[in-house]
Amino acid sequence: MNINSASPETVLETRGLHKSFGALRVTQDVSFRLPQGARYALIGPNGAGKSTLINLLTGVLAPSSGTVLLNGSDVTRLRPEERVRRGLARTFQINTLFPELSPLEAATLAICQRRGLCINPFRALSGCDDAIDEAQALLADFDFGDDAGRPTHELPYGRQRLLEIVLALAAKPKVLLLDEPAAGVPQQESAEIFTAIEALPSDVAVLFIEHDMDVVFRFAQRITVLVAGRILCEGTPDEIANHPEVREVYLGDGENV
Amino acid sequence: MVALAPRIPAPSVVARHLFLRRSRWRWEEIAFWLIAAASFFLFPGHHVLITQALISGLFVVSLDLLLGYSGIASMGHAAFFGIGAYTAGILAQQGWGDPLLGLIGGAIVAGAFGALCSLLVARLHGAALLTVTLGIGLLCYELANKWSSLTGGDDGLQGMIVQPVLGLFAFDIDGNVGFIYAFVVIFIFYLLARRLVNSPFGLALTGIRENIRRVPALGISVRFQLMMAFTISAAVAGVAGALLAETTQYVALEVLSFDRSISVLIMLVLGGIGNLVGGMVGAMVFIVARDQLAAVNPVYWNFWLGLILCVVVMSGAGGIVGFLRRLGDRIGNGR
Repeated sequence: MNINSASPETVLETRGLHKSFGALRVTQDVSFRLPQGARYALIGPNGAGKSTLINLLTGVLAPSSGTVLLNGSDVTRLRPEERVRRGLARTFQINTLFPELSPLEAATLAICQRRGLCINPFRALSGCDDAIDEAQALLADFDFGDDAGRPTHELPYGRQRLLEIVLALAAKPKVLLLDEPAAGVPQQESAEIFTAIEALPSDVAVLFIEHDMDVVFRFAQRITVLVAGRILCEGTPDEIANHPEVREVYLGDGENV
Repeated sequence: MVALAPRIPAPSVVARHLFLRRSRWRWEEIAFWLIAAASFFLFPGHHVLITQALISGLFVVSLDLLLGYSGIASMGHAAFFGIGAYTAGILAQQGWGDPLLGLIGGAIVAGAFGALCSLLVARLHGAALLTVTLGIGLLCYELANKWSSLTGGDDGLQGMIVQPVLGLFAFDIDGNVGFIYAFVVIFIFYLLARRLVNSPFGLALTGIRENIRRVPALGISVRFQLMMAFTISAAVAGVAGALLAETTQYVALEVLSFDRSISVLIMLVLGGIGNLVGGMVGAMVFIVARDQLAAVNPVYWNFWLGLILCVVVMSGAGGIVGFLRRLGDRIGNGR
């Protein structure tokens, strides 16, 4: 394991990450690096510890040991919102949105926060034109059209999945964790999601946490396979697809565990 | 002006317009404040009652900031109302009888206590939150009851001398000055509350109400926002309490009672949660109805109250103001 200081282009790194719930070890010695502008994927069967790893990366959970580095600085002890402010944004596998707010309001909220406008109770929202314009432009990039002004709960499911990505991008992240971005999206709407993923800013490092092999083999440059809380192997999509152990435990060749 | 332009407005203009529309005055709000102002001339014999209804309205607005906009309940909000009342009362008793000083004192002491409570409250949700806020209310009541050298205990706080407003307008027995003074102060605080809910800060509170799990992922600290909201709500409740003490020149232990904490919740549900004016309307209907129905038969007030609440809740979401909005929409569409 290379414990030397992170090379300059590494934006997200974990070193020897462990997490136990009592006797149950759900994350064991996970060390990996995500370079700037990368498109990496993290895959693994159900129960491999993907969700726990996301929670460790985003700060929802604290690791039992090990460190998380963001742009080379240790963020292991920082709260989720502090990590977002330092450039680590995420989407949620199950839509985690604001049902009564419109996409425009939700995106404006995220942008106002980034601009430090949310702490003053007496600043008029109608006076935050720059933030509103930025939200409008961001939603226009994703072809929201009139949907931008409708309550989120009225939008089609695929649009809501897109809004997950929009809200993460509103934080202007350097690292974006996409947790099964196309989960549950019907076939005819998935093209919209894939277009959006393709159009993500190239300087943003993206980590897909995925189940869907379509997404993984379409977008990922490198794949990390997580099994039983450990990194089983890591490599290019070709290497992973032909890796005998991966085929055995994950892709379903031979006997499944 | 933009909407009337012949060409199709640019998207950013539309977007800005959506936010302006969100914050513009609705007809129910305008109607309420016009009626409230007109009642000074229409019901000259009831100034004291209407003043108390307006004060309760401000108290309900303070709770609406928490329950309606932030999605967190307080079962002991009378604690802050009562602390505001006792602060203004004790100041006036000790010779600091300037009404504005009493208001500021009430806001600061209630706000400071609210800030202290918020350290705990902002970490809690659900049943734990209800229990702790209930506990805060009961604690303050018993403390005031036992500490009778300061508060007068069960007999209430006696000997307040409230000076004229701005040194010019002395409080009179008919409640004319009290009415105008309370009306102006409450209207100013209503404007401030309006500004708050239409600020990015208020939008963040709405976000917390709508989905507390998403908010940190936008970089917003839930704890900070809720601490601020709770502190502000407590300070506004304190102002309402101070107004009651000054206009009645007396503080009863009842200002801290559990009954008052529950009444304020009922007024909010009655008027409509989450639109500010609902709190004002709910308090007005509650106080006036209680006065009128209690005059008919004092024993049956709770019976009528229960009946009114059932009718309001059964008739659909949004309380009285929600009902009026639907009615207004229907009339508007019928034209």
